[in-house]
Amino acid sequence: MIKNHFFIAICLALFTFFYACKQDKKLPFYGERHAETVKDANGTEKIDTVYQTIPNWSFLNQDSVVTTNKATDGKIYIADFFFTSCTTICPTMHRNLMTVYNEFKSNPDVMFVSHTIDFKYDKPSVLKKYAQKLGVDGSKWQFLYGTKDSVYTLAEKNYLVAVGEDSTAKDGYIHQGYLVLIDKDRRIRGAYDGTKEDQVEQLKRDIPVLLAEYKK
Amino acid sequence: MRKFIIHSILICSVIAIIISCQNQETIDLQNYMSNGKDIYKAKCQNCHGENGEGLGQLAPPLTDSVFLKTNKARLACIIKNGASETLVIHDKTYQEKMPGFPELADIDVAQVMVYVTNSFGNKQGFVSYDQVSTQLQNCK
Ligand code: HEC
Repeated sequence: MIKNHFFIAICLALFTFFYACKQDKKLPFYGERHAETVKDANGTEKIDTVYQTIPNWSFLNQDSVVTTNKATDGKIYIADFFFTSCTTICPTMHRNLMTVYNEFKSNPDVMFVSHTIDFKYDKPSVLKKYAQKLGVDGSKWQFLYGTKDSVYTLAEKNYLVAVGEDSTAKDGYIHQGYLVLIDKDRRIRGAYDGTKEDQVEQLKRDIPVLLAEYKK
Repeated sequence: MRKFIIHSILICSVIAIIISCQNQETIDLQNYMSNGKDIYKAKCQNCHGENGEGLGQLAPPLTDSVFLKTNKARLACIIKNGASETLVIHDKTYQEKMPGFPELADIDVAQVMVYVTNSFGNKQGFVSYDQVSTQLQNCK
């Protein structure tokens, strides 16, 4: 009899434990971090970890409108780097990203941001045509054009995606095909290879997890 | 009686030749299909899709059997040299540029072409390397 009770108690304990774990499932943080001493409302000092964040940005979008980080502030978003005349990995990346877009199209808390790295050719009008032909309409998915410096620095320093010009590459540029997941506080919470279907599926599962973090 | 035997042997050997030729062609077709599939995955699938469904208005589907049949003679040239003209596929207009694949040897072009024209609902049958080679020499 006592044994039985004991067994049930342990089971219950384990269940609550795992349930709690599940509730608290959190995505990792990427990039640099450092400890900072912060004062809370009562003036008591405590040490907090501060993570790398995406800085302010300003680019032209596919409608030739100046678009800044205000468009994504307070939302989670998926960022990537591509160019319209890319004949290798970009079609696959955007074919896969399209499926994510279609799944979260109606969620106002989710956005998509694609930066072109072809500063010579991909003017906003070219981006517009590309978006339309891909099947994207409206402002939920922004296609952004900027100077080489601003885009390449943002890619390498802030989103941690390697990009570059390379005259020996088939289309003149090289870049990684990551889809980078950014949270509402501009921190990097995931990087998924957009050419691999299983990683894109993982991204689809992680977006609700990230959104749930803000639901308290 | 002797005539009968000779005739039978003759007929038999003709039949045998036909059968073995057919078999050779089936074997070739299978080889082309499996090599062609590998090439397709590596070079074409990104734009044309795993099931030949295309990519929006950026790349046309490869499921338009009528287009593929009427343009049979120039498919090899499209695959090797790319295309940048207005094409109408399944009643939709496509105007994007397909890159050329100069790195593909004639045999590769033949294999991937046979794969495409016998997948995704297409059934054009076998095209040999020699035929493709000749087509490639006459590209415009
Ligand atoms: C960068 C994207 C891209 C890649 C890679 C690509 N194609 Fe295409 N393909 C296109 C586009 C765009 C067109 C339409 C061209 C036009 O309008 O002139 C096309 C047209 C075609 C057509 C004729 C139209 C049709 O739909 O039947 C065939 C056949 C074809 N491609 C086969 C291939 C094969 C085989 C490969 C691989 C060796 C390949 N393509 C690789 C983009 C691509």
